[in-house]
Amino acid sequence: MKPASFIHHRPSTIDEAVQLIARHAPEDGRILAGGQSLVPIMAFRMAKPPHLIDINEIAELDLLEIAGDALRIGARIRHSAFGRDRIPGPTGALLATIMRNIAHHPIRTRGTFCGSLAHADPASEWCAVAAVMDAILVARSIEGEREIPVRDYFEAVMTTALRPDEILVEVRLPLLPTGTRFGFCEFSRRAGDFALAMVLVTMRIEQGRIVDPRFGIGGAEAFPRRLPQVEAILNGAAPDGLTWARAAALAAESLDPLEDAVTSGDYRRDLVRSLSIRAFTQVEA
Amino acid sequence: MTKQDITLDVNGRRYAISVEPRKTLADALRDECGLTGTHLGCEHGVCGACTIIVGGETVRSCLMFAVQATGRTIRTIEGLADGNDLHPLQRAFMQNHALQCGYCTPGFLMLAAGVLEQNPDIDDKELIDVLSSNLCRCTGYENILAAVRAAAAEMRAPT
Amino acid sequence: MNDMPKGPIGRPLLRLEDPPLVTGRGRFVADISFPHQLHMRLVRSPHAHARINSISIEAALALPGVFAVWTARDIPEIGPIDFREGKIEKLEPYRQPVLAIDRLRYIGEPVAAIFASDAYIAEDAADLVTMDVEDLPVITRADDPPGAFDDHLSTEAAVVRQGFGDTTKAFQEAHAIVEIDVSIGRHSGVPLETRGAIGRYDAARDVLELHGAGKVPHKNRESLAKLFGRSTAALHLFEPHVGGGFGVRGEIYPEDILVLAAALRFERPVKWIEDRRENLIACNHSRQQRHKIRAAVDADGALLAIENEFWHDQGAYPRTHALRVAETTCGILPGPYHLGAYKALGHYRLTNKTPAATYRAPGRYETNFVRERLLDVIAARLGKSRIDVRRRNLIRADEMPYARPLSVLEDEVSYDSGDYAGLLDKTLALIGWDELQVELAERRAKGECVGAGLALFVEKSGLGPSDGAKVNVDTTGAIEVITGGASVGQGFETVMAQVCAETLGTDYRRIRVVHGRTDRIEYGIGAHASRATVMTANAVHAAALKVRDKALAVAGELLQAGPASLDIVDGQVVQRERPGGPSIALGMIAHHLRPSSPTRRGRDPGLAAEGWFDTEHQTYPYGNQLAVVKIDRDTGGVTVERYVIAYDIGRAINPLLVRGQILGGFVQGLGGALYEEFLYDDRGEPLSVTFADYLIPTLHETPQVDVIISEDAPSTRNPLGIKGAGESGIAAVGAAIASAVDDALGVPGSITSLPITPQRLKRIIQNLDARSVSS
Repeated sequence: MKPASFIHHRPSTIDEAVQLIARHAPEDGRILAGGQSLVPIMAFRMAKPPHLIDINEIAELDLLEIAGDALRIGARIRHSAFGRDRIPGPTGALLATIMRNIAHHPIRTRGTFCGSLAHADPASEWCAVAAVMDAILVARSIEGEREIPVRDYFEAVMTTALRPDEILVEVRLPLLPTGTRFGFCEFSRRAGDFALAMVLVTMRIEQGRIVDPRFGIGGAEAFPRRLPQVEAILNGAAPDGLTWARAAALAAESLDPLEDAVTSGDYRRDLVRSLSIRAFTQVEA
Repeated sequence: MTKQDITLDVNGRRYAISVEPRKTLADALRDECGLTGTHLGCEHGVCGACTIIVGGETVRSCLMFAVQATGRTIRTIEGLADGNDLHPLQRAFMQNHALQCGYCTPGFLMLAAGVLEQNPDIDDKELIDVLSSNLCRCTGYENILAAVRAAAAEMRAPT
Repeated sequence: MNDMPKGPIGRPLLRLEDPPLVTGRGRFVADISFPHQLHMRLVRSPHAHARINSISIEAALALPGVFAVWTARDIPEIGPIDFREGKIEKLEPYRQPVLAIDRLRYIGEPVAAIFASDAYIAEDAADLVTMDVEDLPVITRADDPPGAFDDHLSTEAAVVRQGFGDTTKAFQEAHAIVEIDVSIGRHSGVPLETRGAIGRYDAARDVLELHGAGKVPHKNRESLAKLFGRSTAALHLFEPHVGGGFGVRGEIYPEDILVLAAALRFERPVKWIEDRRENLIACNHSRQQRHKIRAAVDADGALLAIENEFWHDQGAYPRTHALRVAETTCGILPGPYHLGAYKALGHYRLTNKTPAATYRAPGRYETNFVRERLLDVIAARLGKSRIDVRRRNLIRADEMPYARPLSVLEDEVSYDSGDYAGLLDKTLALIGWDELQVELAERRAKGECVGAGLALFVEKSGLGPSDGAKVNVDTTGAIEVITGGASVGQGFETVMAQVCAETLGTDYRRIRVVHGRTDRIEYGIGAHASRATVMTANAVHAAALKVRDKALAVAGELLQAGPASLDIVDGQVVQRERPGGPSIALGMIAHHLRPSSPTRRGRDPGLAAEGWFDTEHQTYPYGNQLAVVKIDRDTGGVTVERYVIAYDIGRAINPLLVRGQILGGFVQGLGGALYEEFLYDDRGEPLSVTFADYLIPTLHETPQVDVIISEDAPSTRNPLGIKGAGESGIAAVGAAIASAVDDALGVPGSITSLPITPQRLKRIIQNLDARSVSS
């Protein structure tokens, strides 16, 4: 399980990096960020990129700040960065909670937020966050910068709108309004494993009614997404068991589950129903 | 393939080595620096046997390339004791029978050392979470947890 | 347990092994390198079953850094891998070739070997080997009809049978007949260190060496010497630190033979280190069996007869153990219970999957699950408690020794000692069984899905027939114990040192224990089937007694005292009746025994002796395990909340290490019960090839475990009274957890297969719910 040979490029600016990826993308050159997904894939030789553009030396990517009504997350921000109370408000609380569900401690010190989105594993927690929070993904290439709304981003399992010659330099997460509550629940066989399904829900509760609900699922389909029909049930409804049950049932029904030799679609559907209820219950608490 | 000349700073010593870019940090430590205390259990980042401390953070050395570690301070099991004075974790592992075959031991020790340095007052739930990062096939974990708790208490105690 | 003993035996002493292992100074096989070594990499079959038309190695050979590439054609002189314990004619034609010859029979089977200057290059070259094949039908289930192994042979390679009494009659006369159909999943030892082997040929001395040996170095030397046509004096095995054994490490595999053959041929050291993907498809699997078993019982629940038909999924080839797991399955199944009549019929079948062999508690993890499932269902059928049915059938302490006309490891089953009911009482008292029932009922009333289960078992350990050891005291008083044992991390050195120190009256830390080296001692039993402590410790004891006698005899002359009046304390021979009087150090006695010493007085030189221990039968430790579980009915997830393991070891040399063995075994058993499984798809493609798919429990999944180590029934078959400890923790975990899950669901017998994965349990819960709605 030794990786195949590659040429290691270590640009120190984004401009340099996009030049390099433009040159090497046609021959399967790849971006190396935290490496916590790419390096294992290379160890199994399921990927043999002849060029790696290592973006770990690009100081510009060390970006984690609130600008206007969005949180800007640069491509060198590691998972563990979200655990240190650096981000205020419900957005910070949500990110810190979810971070603790991602793999294990030594993975979180290297793996990056943007890397997770670029890799787009169906079970990635950050991908679910991006989907639910309507993230904007900022891609750079020699042709310049473009912003991809998350609804146009995921295309299939580990397939996104990101072109091979683009670098995902930043993700912008619209901040959750004050008073937003959230619930997150995932199920995995062991602590830290890839989740078989996850549910993330955010909402405000005003005068006993649900306001601005967002409901998304991850791990259960080819890529995470919001379920507008579930949000429609939630919107304006009373935050109670009846609402949760209806919403959870519809979530399960609306699912187009991943199915493989180990995990059935039906089981994932059951999980989504149960996890939805649990996520809702967290909101209530 | 072309090798690169790099220098690794490991346990306060400088190792000038020549490696292909694809050489993992774990392999470079073992093969080029002769530091075979860092073990490989899976080479895909799950088992944690290769856990070391780079730039103050615990990392899986099988998921980094050696060329990425230049200019960083690297610490491995060989540098955990202070000369002949064992680290409290090392003593606690022996006293609590926290190892049998010893293959996972360096990874657990470096994991615990790195985390306790960052968070000496770590609570028990978080400690269990952290120690669940690595696999052990012999001990059943109970004694590892006991050893780390004991060492953490000793390290917190005023001297 | 007893009060703290005076000598080293029975004390929880710290391990001698630890200092190098906590400081990064361990020396595992991958840590060993020799000048000019080549790295071997195997090309493995990507086909589950196929005929080989051609293999193309040219591109690999052309890669710079590649020294040679072998296929089966390059090693015609090397035959298939033999069975360790002798010839089994019927199985011979099924043995695995070192490299595939004309057929591929599992994904992972070695097809070609690359030898290169560097492990990375060797892997590059392996990628360049291609093969042209013709696919053949794939068999992935042992309970499907047998197919063709080759043009002549069936995949049902053998049928094993054991039994006694007239089961037919018993079933005719039974009050009730209870039948179940249960399966154990395919899982295995999966040590954290993968396998490794380094072959080295010293042409100057004409000695071939294998570094990286484990488990049974001496027995493997015999097999390898035969295979290579060498004298055992010209072939040596060396055991480095071993990162876990569990039965799978240290058997002879194709890779061990290849590094030796290549070292001989190339006259260069050849190193092979297995990677994890290889480990999960090439190292022995284990456990997979399906049992259709039925019991005839009387109205009281007494077991009149059992008929046990099973299908043993051996994978693609028999391995070094041949039929052992299937045979053990037959012989050990009745466990701690009386049984009127018994018939076992095992189908030993080959499938297109990784070959299987022994994994910690082979044949017991499986049969404890099967038998205890059966007892739970019997209890339910008769409306009795699970405990009452077990008590009704337990063999009593006053019936020991208790023999049955069954065999395990070609040894007649004869339990040496034990008080099974007494140990059950201890467990129930510790957990407070009745109070636990009340507590669980209350929790269920509140909507929780919780339950408790238990399982009883008889272990086996210490199979002989013989082992020897040498003890030598040098002139500084340092002691070397040379054994043919093996260390797989279990604390072998510490235990041997404790036994020697107890006998010789020295500090155990002054003792250096040699193991796993065929160049230091001619014979050795190794470390397998929980026999190291029983066999080797008793041999060390015998050798140390001789050294003691010799030391006292010489000291008696020097001190002018009768040997009987002398004792050894802290390495000094002293006079019992004269504390503070003249004494003499063991090192000094060794000095008097130098070849040139005049005070030797015709004795053989050296303060040294060899001792042997012989035994006719195994010893049978026993235990029980109790689980409390909570089920998440929504997800099907099972949480083990509490666990108790009670085990009677006869006599614990080091209770700290015994407890360690039990705890570690338990977590492996937990893996087999809930998490670990080698899955295949219908085409024979292995699905569990990473540690993200083959799920070893972490600390997070591990509950609090209470351990009761009892010493009520010392073995009557060795002077130290020892029984083995290695396999007790794992033996009944599947059984106890299944029983607890049943209890939580309120439906005895609902768990019929291991592992109990969330998805499977969810399905069971849905089926039960559907049934209760429709009824």
